[in-house]
Amino acid sequence: MSAEPTAPLPVPQPQTEGYSRREALVMGLFALAAAATTAGCSAADKLALDDFVAKHFRDLTPDELKDRLAQLEKKYSEQYGKSVKVSATPPIPGVLFGYALDLSRCIGCRRCVYGCVDENNQSRDPQTHWITVLEMDKEGGVNLQNADAFYDHETVPAPGKFYMPVACQHCENPPCVKVCPVEATWKEPDGIVVIDYDWCIGCRSCISACPYGARHFNWGTPSIPKEELNPVTEYLGNRPRQRGVVEKCSWCLQLTRNGLYPKCVEVCPVGARKFGNLLDPESEIRYIIENKRVFILKEELNTQPKFFYYYGL
Amino acid sequence: MSFIRKISNFVTGTGRMALLGGNRWYYVWLAVLVACIVQAGFAYAHQYQYGLISTNMRDSVSWGFYIGNFTFLVGVAAAAVLLVIPAYVYDWKPIKEVALFGELLAVAAIIMCLLFVMADMGRPDRFWHLIPGIGHMHLPSSIMAWDSVVLNIYLIINLSVASYLVYCGYYGIHYNRKIVVPLVILSIPMAVSIHTVTAFLYNGMAGRPYWNSAILAPRFIASAFCSGPALLLILFQILRKVSAFEIKDEAIHKVAELMAYAMAFNLFLFGAEVFKEYYSDTHHLVHYEYLFSGLHGKASPIAPYAWISLAFAVISFFLFLIPKTRRMPLTMNIGCVLIYFSVYIEKGIALIIPGFTPDQLGQVYAYVPSSTELRVAAGVFGVGFLLFTLMVKVSVAILFERGDQAAHA
Repeated sequence: MSAEPTAPLPVPQPQTEGYSRREALVMGLFALAAAATTAGCSAADKLALDDFVAKHFRDLTPDELKDRLAQLEKKYSEQYGKSVKVSATPPIPGVLFGYALDLSRCIGCRRCVYGCVDENNQSRDPQTHWITVLEMDKEGGVNLQNADAFYDHETVPAPGKFYMPVACQHCENPPCVKVCPVEATWKEPDGIVVIDYDWCIGCRSCISACPYGARHFNWGTPSIPKEELNPVTEYLGNRPRQRGVVEKCSWCLQLTRNGLYPKCVEVCPVGARKFGNLLDPESEIRYIIENKRVFILKEELNTQPKFFYYYGL
Repeated sequence: MSFIRKISNFVTGTGRMALLGGNRWYYVWLAVLVACIVQAGFAYAHQYQYGLISTNMRDSVSWGFYIGNFTFLVGVAAAAVLLVIPAYVYDWKPIKEVALFGELLAVAAIIMCLLFVMADMGRPDRFWHLIPGIGHMHLPSSIMAWDSVVLNIYLIINLSVASYLVYCGYYGIHYNRKIVVPLVILSIPMAVSIHTVTAFLYNGMAGRPYWNSAILAPRFIASAFCSGPALLLILFQILRKVSAFEIKDEAIHKVAELMAYAMAFNLFLFGAEVFKEYYSDTHHLVHYEYLFSGLHGKASPIAPYAWISLAFAVISFFLFLIPKTRRMPLTMNIGCVLIYFSVYIEKGIALIIPGFTPDQLGQVYAYVPSSTELRVAAGVFGVGFLLFTLMVKVSVAILFERGDQAAHA
């Protein structure tokens, strides 16, 4: 990957306009609730109230963001009995991420699926997977109507089959962002589509709108064994989620914004997964797009995915 | 009498009218509704504690029975008021008298809609994120945000008009036409818009070919014109039997005639959709196959309902098309019940579920609502019918039984 690893960067510059009025109104609305709970206010009540009145990520001033991150670190550290870091690493200027996946190499082993679960703190029970690996007949080609996401063989690849992992395509024209009624999800300058878990109302419009089945809802309370929690987390990425909100692949922004590869790229045993900066003409991702037969999923929908499938062999 | 005094008298007086002076069946009916609501309270408490995992919705089929009911009731709310069009546009008296009841039905239906949306939300505690000023309403791009705008405006308009009319009736003063007529006229395009915007909610999703059809909004309006009036016709006949409420046969026949046109149009639009899907025979046909039969050799659990809905729609159309059966009370009422359930199945089951089945990656999850979903839905209908019953009881007492009630207050 050609994006240079960078030193820790300053917190993002949020919008400040209209913030004080909004805060005044929110606080006014909930002042009564706060007053009512102060009398017998336990630490847990305080945390619940902090979560309840949490502002939209992009409305937080740099100071408020710092406070909020500290609040969350304290909460998660107590909850999981270890020191948890929550950062809000901003996008790297001049970087637009892109992904490529070599269908002729993928063997359907699902190592990416479970590597992702570990790295990104997906719920173990109930199970949430950001990556779905589809098994299809070689004879039939890419035809989702004949795809099986629940194949269960002793060994892979199964004869006559090929495999197509699908996760968030990080569309340039993302239909999920368009439909969200509260702007809880948006596309970052580096092309990553993110979700503010503290702002999502759980209406699931985005799940309906996504043509790739990439978004997942926390139907129950997500649970991760304490010892398995990855303590290096991002506010808009892999921090522990709550029940009733939507989540999805964030291209491991806790890694990629620090110059590392996403976990699925790291763990793929056959090198089918490629990741890099689309704006860098020397990058591997650009080489693939320019020299291989690439295609994107559901091209006719004009979602303009930055996730490219190709046949490398 | 001061204004505040007048209002408090009005509230206590109408409260008394709502709760006192019914016959035995009235109280049995209220008790049934309260029981529905109480059991739903327990079901919802369970859902609130454990999350939406207590429904049968999952990532594949991420909207289900709640949103289906919501969609159906938006149609009822819209159509109840659309009946007002002939009354006000053509100044056609017999319907005008009952326009108030259309508005009350709209109020009850919208409240049910909002309750269904709340029941479906993962984080109902964050509803305030949708309030302009303190939240982030994603306008103009999110249709869901638009829907919450138009539904709330529609609720406020109908609630204002209906309570103003009842208030005037209570004190025996004539209502001010300058206030009522503009609001009623405004409620007509609003009625069209709530159902259109709700259709656009689905329609605008290019990744869901089952919904991505330009005639979805017209189909919503046509089917609403079938189910909403059906409910009102049955209500009018019950009220005419059990209270001093008056409605001329002429008005009932006129509404039934309008419904016959709506049913014809509804079936025509449905046929156009079916032709396009089956004749072009693209990959998108899978959703219709799931609706009417099944996929990969497995029968679809919703197919029987889809066929029942279609059969009911055809039978009721003929009952309403033929003037003799349209006017005969028995056949007309059978037709009303059939078309009501036909549209209920069409919006509640046949619109939402096949849109998600198979899902975006071709996987089939055979969704049927869980007992929690059924119980919560029963409670929401309980709330709606209870509100509607109480409002109608008061309105009938004031508008048709007059006499000493006003003097009491």
